[in-house]
Amino acid sequence: MELLFALVIGTLTASGVYLLLRARTFPVVMGLTLLSYGVNLFLFASGRLSTAQQPILGTAENYSDPLPQALVLTAIVIGFAMTAFVVVLSLRNLADNEDDHVDGCPPAHPANSKQEQEETGK
Amino acid sequence: MNHWLIAPIAIPLLGGILQTFMGYAPISLRRTLAITTSVLVLVASIVLVGLADDGSYRVYAFGNWQPPFGIVLVLDRLAALMLVLTSVLAVFAHIFSIGGADEGNRQFHTLFLFQIMGLNIAFLTGDLFNLFVAFEVLLIASYSLLMHGGGTIRTVPGLHYVALNLVGSAIFLIAVGMIYSVTGTLNMADLAVKIPQVSGENLALVKAGAMLLLVVFGLKAAILPLCFWLPKAYAKATAPVAALFAIMTKVGVYAIIRVYVLIFGEGAGELASAGMNWLFPLALITLSMGVIGALGANNLKTLIAWQVIISVGTLLAPVALGSEAGVSAALFYLLSTTWTVAGLFLVAELVAIQRGSAGDRIVTAPKMPHRTFISVLFMIGAVSAAGLPPLSGFFGKVLILKSVEAGPQMAWLWSVLLVGSFLTLIAYSRAGSILFWRTIDGHIKPPEPMKGVVSVSTGALIGLTVLIVAFAGPINEYTVATAAQLFDTSAYTQILETPMFGGKN
Repeated sequence: MELLFALVIGTLTASGVYLLLRARTFPVVMGLTLLSYGVNLFLFASGRLSTAQQPILGTAENYSDPLPQALVLTAIVIGFAMTAFVVVLSLRNLADNEDDHVDGCPPAHPANSKQEQEETGK
Repeated sequence: MNHWLIAPIAIPLLGGILQTFMGYAPISLRRTLAITTSVLVLVASIVLVGLADDGSYRVYAFGNWQPPFGIVLVLDRLAALMLVLTSVLAVFAHIFSIGGADEGNRQFHTLFLFQIMGLNIAFLTGDLFNLFVAFEVLLIASYSLLMHGGGTIRTVPGLHYVALNLVGSAIFLIAVGMIYSVTGTLNMADLAVKIPQVSGENLALVKAGAMLLLVVFGLKAAILPLCFWLPKAYAKATAPVAALFAIMTKVGVYAIIRVYVLIFGEGAGELASAGMNWLFPLALITLSMGVIGALGANNLKTLIAWQVIISVGTLLAPVALGSEAGVSAALFYLLSTTWTVAGLFLVAELVAIQRGSAGDRIVTAPKMPHRTFISVLFMIGAVSAAGLPPLSGFFGKVLILKSVEAGPQMAWLWSVLLVGSFLTLIAYSRAGSILFWRTIDGHIKPPEPMKGVVSVSTGALIGLTVLIVAFAGPINEYTVATAAQLFDTSAYTQILETPMFGGKN
């Protein structure tokens, strides 16, 4: 279970970071969401992975720690609000700049535009 | 338990909620209530300074849960100092905003008050996870405030700011998770007890957590590799918002002081001063970077935004050296620089209003009305920010210079700080002489007459630098006592033994 859990967190975080570094707002928002999923699972794991344990001290040899679940719940609520805000902001960016590039407009690459011209010219 | 501790959080919360439902009330009523709330927060902060000045720790345990099991608010001299710093700044920025900057968004005052609430939670909390929550509260208010005033120029810097801070929050959570998984606690006092006991393979985990926390606080404080978002965002923000944001980077500085003195301080055994040897060179490079930015700025607000970065570098350099004198000097400079920079943001707005289409760009333009008043304010602010005598910036910098012990670090700090101050002075003189002296003949559309509230609040905020000089003695005594209290970490951990049930303290 530990390996599977770690792999899931790793994949989510890696994909999140990759998407975050994209130049368009939609992948960035998706990246932030995936990153927060990864982080939430990570927080959950900080209370150790155990099944069928009681959350009360002294009732059993091993206990399952309830506190990380409270932390995760808080983090989920905050993450949800932040995602909503960033979605609205991205839409605003799209409307204001008529482009969904994270810098408002894509940087002008003389080499690229020349190439494009040549391609479209042919 | 002392119920005054909750006041700086409860007052803006209730005031903000009230404002939420008053979006369609007459604007004069909303303004009166909002300013009243801000002033009440200031009163509460001053009461708390009076309480904290006796040097003891006061604890407010939510739900009467015995720490470390519940969330606590802890009041000490540092927290009280930060509260007053914030609320004085907030009152003047708020008064400035009723000069017209609060129009256009019905929820401006709500957001402003929630921002103050988030800042106050961050300063009062004694719990690492609660600090995360406080950061989120102040951030979500700041996201919206940054966008206040509309216009496409704010969208892109706003988007960068939000995306960066969301990543910062994710890293904060990872750091908190790492530390919790080893220590099983997030209460700061309890962490200060548990961290020295960490051993073996867990050390690396906690150390990674500590370093990640430094990254997060560094992002908030805008130290070098993480500071490029700041100039654009601050320069584009509405003036009172930019003034209030002068405190936002200081939250990062506060968190660094709190966490790396108390939890990862000298008593932390193997983990003592984790990451602090990185901070000193970074702070100096940040300072240099800020000076270069200030020299290259082509408008006044950008120049002042770079001044924020210069201040952060100046503040963190002595803090990173970890001496009591250094922290005390940094706290003195913190008061001076925050108010001055905030005042300068307001001055820049006055300049921009008076100069018509030239705005606050550093170019020659026809003579502006109210030139004398604005230029005197600018001069006082610039002299204080650059650190020339006789104003408070000078005393702050002298205290910082005096706080380092002789050695290579002293050579570095002295040379960077002094050369940096000199170059900052050049940047300000260049901006000031072009804006106020080198005028061309021509006609500008006469602006609306300057409103009383606007000029008074700007003048008052800038004038605080003179007040700091006048009361330099008592303020310095207070900051020295604050630093002494901070480094006596065993007293902080005593709060764990304070009985909560029916206890009076």
